[in-house]
Amino acid sequence: MGEKGQDRRARYRLVYALLAAALLGAALLNVGVGSVSIPVGRIVGILLGRVDDPTQAGILWKIRLPRALMAALLGGGLSLSGFLLQTFFGNPIVGPFVLGISSGAKLTVALAMIFLLKALGGASSWALIGAAFAGALLATGLILLLSGRLKHMAALLVAGIMVGYICSACTDFAVTFADDADIVNLHGWSQGSFSGMSWENAGVAAALIALAGIAAFMLSKPIAAYQQGEAYAQSVGVNVRAFRVALILLSSVLSATVTAFAGPISFVGVAVPHLVKRALNTSKPLVVIPAVFLGGAVFCMGCDLIARTAFAPTELNISTVTSAFGAPVVIVMLLRQRRGTGA
Amino acid sequence: MTGAYLTARKLSVGYDGAPLIEGIELEIQKGEVVTLIGPNGSGKSTILKTIARQLKALGGSVYVGGDDLHRLSAGALASRMAVVLTERMRPELLTCRDIVSTGRYPYTGRLGILSDADEAKVDAAMAAVRVTDIARRSYDAISDGQRQRVLLARALCQEPEIIVLDEPTSFLDIRHKLELLSLLRGMARREGIAVVLSLHEIDLAQRVSDRIVCVTGEREVVCGTPEAVFSGDTIARLYGIERDAFDPAFGGVELPRVEGAPRVLVLSSGGAGIPVYRRLQREGVPFAAGILPENDVDCHLARRLAAEVIAVEPFAPFPDAAVARAFELVEACERVIDAGVLIGQTNRRVAEVLEAAKRAGKYERVESGEWRVECGVWSVECGVRRMRN
Repeated sequence: MGEKGQDRRARYRLVYALLAAALLGAALLNVGVGSVSIPVGRIVGILLGRVDDPTQAGILWKIRLPRALMAALLGGGLSLSGFLLQTFFGNPIVGPFVLGISSGAKLTVALAMIFLLKALGGASSWALIGAAFAGALLATGLILLLSGRLKHMAALLVAGIMVGYICSACTDFAVTFADDADIVNLHGWSQGSFSGMSWENAGVAAALIALAGIAAFMLSKPIAAYQQGEAYAQSVGVNVRAFRVALILLSSVLSATVTAFAGPISFVGVAVPHLVKRALNTSKPLVVIPAVFLGGAVFCMGCDLIARTAFAPTELNISTVTSAFGAPVVIVMLLRQRRGTGA
Repeated sequence: MTGAYLTARKLSVGYDGAPLIEGIELEIQKGEVVTLIGPNGSGKSTILKTIARQLKALGGSVYVGGDDLHRLSAGALASRMAVVLTERMRPELLTCRDIVSTGRYPYTGRLGILSDADEAKVDAAMAAVRVTDIARRSYDAISDGQRQRVLLARALCQEPEIIVLDEPTSFLDIRHKLELLSLLRGMARREGIAVVLSLHEIDLAQRVSDRIVCVTGEREVVCGTPEAVFSGDTIARLYGIERDAFDPAFGGVELPRVEGAPRVLVLSSGGAGIPVYRRLQREGVPFAAGILPENDVDCHLARRLAAEVIAVEPFAPFPDAAVARAFELVEACERVIDAGVLIGQTNRRVAEVLEAAKRAGKYERVESGEWRVECGVWSVECGVRRMRN
């Protein structure tokens, strides 16, 4: 038994080491590559406070660092949100985007932008996050109503797609009657992007995502029990009702934060947890949760790098890139699932 | 009654506020195996789920270890009661040992990390149900029988005082059924755990249980020892089957006898006739069995399967009437099968019947000993075919 434990631990260490290395590499690339290229030595220098070139330092501090940090934070948060939803529904194919939760948050954020801009001339991060949270909860509630007690994977997906369409339709409706300036603003945002992130944004996002992330990690124990189904979780002493509420709230906070800042981002929440679980060869939450966060951070930084540089100076939507990498993973999962369980 | 670990008083169970069964009185002692039997949909699972607090009781009360079930905290209940349910677990990328480990949940800390003592208990539970060799295998990749044992190990390492199992033998083949039930029986006896389960196999229920609870869909629960429940027509009434269909001595069920004028007379003793009876039953041939002392096992079965039985008082010379009836049947039947009659002091007149059959050209000898050599199994088919050849 001990031998096996060591095998497993060696594997965990390896995966974590790789993730950490990838995170560092992605961070350096994200900060260094662009229309103005900054070599690694210079990056370290600027971070340590040696400013040789004020332009580069400005680009680094004002544009690239907050953007890279946001990509990492929001990517991690989105993946974690996906993992929590997968636990909740006992279904590996669900995630905040697939279930229409991102679209729900998008709808309320759009409404908040249009009306708050009109009323107050601007909307704070907190107002947008609040709106996104309400939208995420609303969409999740709708999913729960639609799916009822159906545990069937396909039914859940259909419900999610429906909710997504309903929310998008409402968003389009609102946008149609909004003023021109807002539409431009909204259009860019509603496709998902990490551009234009400020340190203020990053601070708010970091605080929320860190809190929700730690809370999710502290739920590792009941999550492990809940992975065996509701009844078995209850039989070992999990307060299932409270636990389910906690899961929904946490996953909603996470996906709402992401959507409020970067718009809806597709497939990260499904693909990353799946890849990380495969790499670790376990779904034990204690091991998986931090790795899912790291994996999401790496994945989104990588995707943002591609979005920014592939067709520079034109920037791609972040969802275009995450879909290109995430959707195939989800398709493979669907095919495997059918073969595996037949359910 | 005192000393019961789990007590239900005037318990009403059902779904969505509609009572399915009311007024259930139940007492389960430690070290005792109590089995719920009854037709599909009668409410066995509903009762078990209510006892395990998976379902809300609609009335009455349940006490576990002296405390009201509904006042116990989730943790306190979990350290007293473990369950094995019918709902199928579909965990992703978890080994059998991971599954078993979750049984330690009530005893681990905030993050659920297992101590060395916990690990040792997991190992012990896996050894007790003999799944140590598959500990590292993925739970998705093992057989149903192994899964049930893994779930039992999970329940065991929860260190419960009572284990509730809902139809644990479904999906299992006969070997795994026997293994699982003897494990439960042994656990109850050795560890003093109370075991309450539901079973479809009434024959197994009869063998494994200290007490049987009959659950009918008609708001009635009958409780008793297997001896009491399996005598009389309780089983027949419970399942709505023919009074004679279930045989408490054999613990099995029989298809209804083939009625009609006997076409075959089977002569046998001491169990030799049984395979021949079953074969004829399958083929739909009405037959007579004789001449059998009342205490012969052949006589016991023949009374359920044969169209006519010539039965006589045991340990006494055969009366003339019985022998005369046997001669009549030799006349009337197409075939007379000698399934192997041991002839001794009291039944030596069977020899006369056999002689008569030989004279009439209807005699067939089926040698039970030979079948085993020939086929390796106790099969009539080979024997009969052999005789015809």
